Amino acid sequence: MAGGRIYSGDLPDQPAPMATEGPVAWLRDNMFNGVFNTVLTILMGLLLLWMVPPALNWLVFNANWTGGAEACRVNPDGACWPFVSARWEQFLYGFYEKSEYWRVNILLAVLAVGIVLLVFEKMPGRKYIAFFMLFIYPIMAFILLYGNEKLGLPIVDTPQWGGFMLTLVIALSGIVASLPLGILLALGRRSKMPIISLLSTIFIEFWRGIPLVAVLFMATIMFPLFLPPGMSFDQLLRAIIGVALFASAYMAEVVRGGLQAIPKGQYEGAMALGLPYPKMMRLIVLPQALKIVIPGIVNTFIGLFKDTTLVLIIALFDLLGIVQASIADPNWSIRSVPYSGYAFVAIVFWICCYAMARYSRYMEAKLHTGHKR
Amino acid sequence: MAIWRDPDKRAVIYQVLVVAVLAWFVWSIISNTATNMEQRGLASGFDFLSTGAGFGIITTPFIPYTEESSYFTVFLVGLVNTIIVAAVGCFLALILGFIIGVARLSSNWLIQKVATFYIELFRNVPLLLQILFWYSAVLKPLPGPRDLHEAGDKVFLSLNNRGLIFAEPIGQEAMSTVWWALFAGIVLTFIVRALAKVRQAKTGKQFPVFYAGLGLIILMPLVVYFALGRPMDFEPAEMSRFALRGGVTIIPEFVALLLALVIYTAAFIAEIVRAGIQAVSHGQTEAASALGVKPNHRMRLVIVPQAMRVIVPPLTSQFLNLTKNSSLATAIAYPDLFSVFAGTTLNQTGQAVEIMAMTLAVYLTLSLLTSGFMNWYNSRIALVER
Repeated sequence: MAGGRIYSGDLPDQPAPMATEGPVAWLRDNMFNGVFNTVLTILMGLLLLWMVPPALNWLVFNANWTGGAEACRVNPDGACWPFVSARWEQFLYGFYEKSEYWRVNILLAVLAVGIVLLVFEKMPGRKYIAFFMLFIYPIMAFILLYGNEKLGLPIVDTPQWGGFMLTLVIALSGIVASLPLGILLALGRRSKMPIISLLSTIFIEFWRGIPLVAVLFMATIMFPLFLPPGMSFDQLLRAIIGVALFASAYMAEVVRGGLQAIPKGQYEGAMALGLPYPKMMRLIVLPQALKIVIPGIVNTFIGLFKDTTLVLIIALFDLLGIVQASIADPNWSIRSVPYSGYAFVAIVFWICCYAMARYSRYMEAKLHTGHKR
Repeated sequence: MAIWRDPDKRAVIYQVLVVAVLAWFVWSIISNTATNMEQRGLASGFDFLSTGAGFGIITTPFIPYTEESSYFTVFLVGLVNTIIVAAVGCFLALILGFIIGVARLSSNWLIQKVATFYIELFRNVPLLLQILFWYSAVLKPLPGPRDLHEAGDKVFLSLNNRGLIFAEPIGQEAMSTVWWALFAGIVLTFIVRALAKVRQAKTGKQFPVFYAGLGLIILMPLVVYFALGRPMDFEPAEMSRFALRGGVTIIPEFVALLLALVIYTAAFIAEIVRAGIQAVSHGQTEAASALGVKPNHRMRLVIVPQAMRVIVPPLTSQFLNLTKNSSLATAIAYPDLFSVFAGTTLNQTGQAVEIMAMTLAVYLTLSLLTSGFMNWYNSRIALVER
């Protein structure tokens, strides 16, 4: 018998065949399996090649990072970030008194710390922090932002508020005001009393059926007509009331979803213990219901946060409004400036909304402990 | 027993109280409004609707409009413009959203990542910003017609800062035959579909209804069109010294609004579609594969019909959102209901109460109609349980 070989002991391990492991196999499995997918991959790859490098070039590599308007005029084929850095104070504070910026800074810092503390679930005393942020912080914010002569804080009137600060003011006060109202409306809609339930339903469906622009228009044009003669409200306050009423309808539907998800046994158990309705809701049902709708509340807030940009239509200068106004500045009439301004606003909003969306999804995954594929 | 210890009586008392407070509230609003309007010398009533508007509107499809037309015509023009942008928007957003939602679940890594990126990018940027971006950063800086075309040029298709301009199709007399062929094709497709269903129920044999329909609806009218010697003329726009004359113009305001609405809403619809498809139990996919159903049939015949039940309710609210969001047109002066009626007309007449009431009534009606239609559709496809 020729050609035979006899080995003793184990053979050394062979590397896995190219087709089953490693980058080539991964590419074949995930991008080139079948004709259809191959064609799609190639088309998409070409599309990306056509779009991504110019976008990155414009945003980063070929962008103007330093210098003033002159630099942007010399190189118009890249983003004009000096426009943002020259104006960032306005973008953040609006027309707020420069000497009073520290008041806004304190509030921003407290807000940031509060949010960070609230996000960690194991934080001791989380309840008190939440209480502080929901009830005390808004009062503190109002006093600091508006000012109080007795405390030696000069008054900064609301037309001077603007920029990202105003965006936060409208969104946060809208959400803080709409939460209790939304809970009441949700309870009302599920109430067994027919008139209360009917009125709550009409209220909710009315606000959900009309666009926010209409709400803001009403707040500016109709509100003064509704008030007794001689009485008037601040324009910003009117807008916030409008936003809060609008948001409360959406909040009510979110909370109603939570109330419906609580098993009937919980209600019955509470009633069997002899708890009256307010105690049953406050001690048994709402704590459970509100906990499951945290993602929904965050999503409502994201929507509200994005919608605050609409106040530019009623001539309040939120972040988008103030950037929009700055673009028109003749000193910066450069082709790349509008794009840079919009890109900046988009990036700011994107970061905030994406972070909140991730948090909401994380909470959802944590609360949803059922079967998962 | 004291009256407040009886829950039924207590409920009556609460409700009476609420109604009383509400009645007082509404009454004081009405009386305040009446006093305020009197003080400011504002007129009331709907007489203003028949007076002449006296301003021009850049696009007034389907409704003849001149500056002498009444405010009621303005209302109708705005309404038509709103309905057009909302209807086209919903349709396109549904298609785009479905494609992206399916792509989001694709087994192709690249496609899946790009779809995810699309969703995360457009969902988290305010719609108003997107509208302003498309309008004032993309469409308005486009070169004007004078930079693109020489005087006397015949232009068949042009995208410039005046909008999208293309040749106007004008049918000759014989064109009506082509339209009839198209109509016949649609009717025949329905008949073929019904017959195919009967045959499949009887014999189990399938008939390629999709390709037959394609042939009947698209190929047949095309054949007729060419057989009759192409009875459709395309009247190009002509460049005069300053502007393009003739042709069909789609104004940039409309293009920007539509683009932003479609791109924004599609991102939400894609997530709804993804969630709907994922909600169909994986066992369904496996069972279909085990029965030897081909992958694309598996999607179309097994997964999507079941996913639709999860998809339709949130889809309704996205369509409603799109309709309501179309009122953002007022930021770029596309003449929708809000911008011409609650905007210009209100400024000119000052009759805030009547105008806002009419505008809100329209949006509420549109909302009710859309949700009514979607509820009907939802009950049609809902799982029938015993």
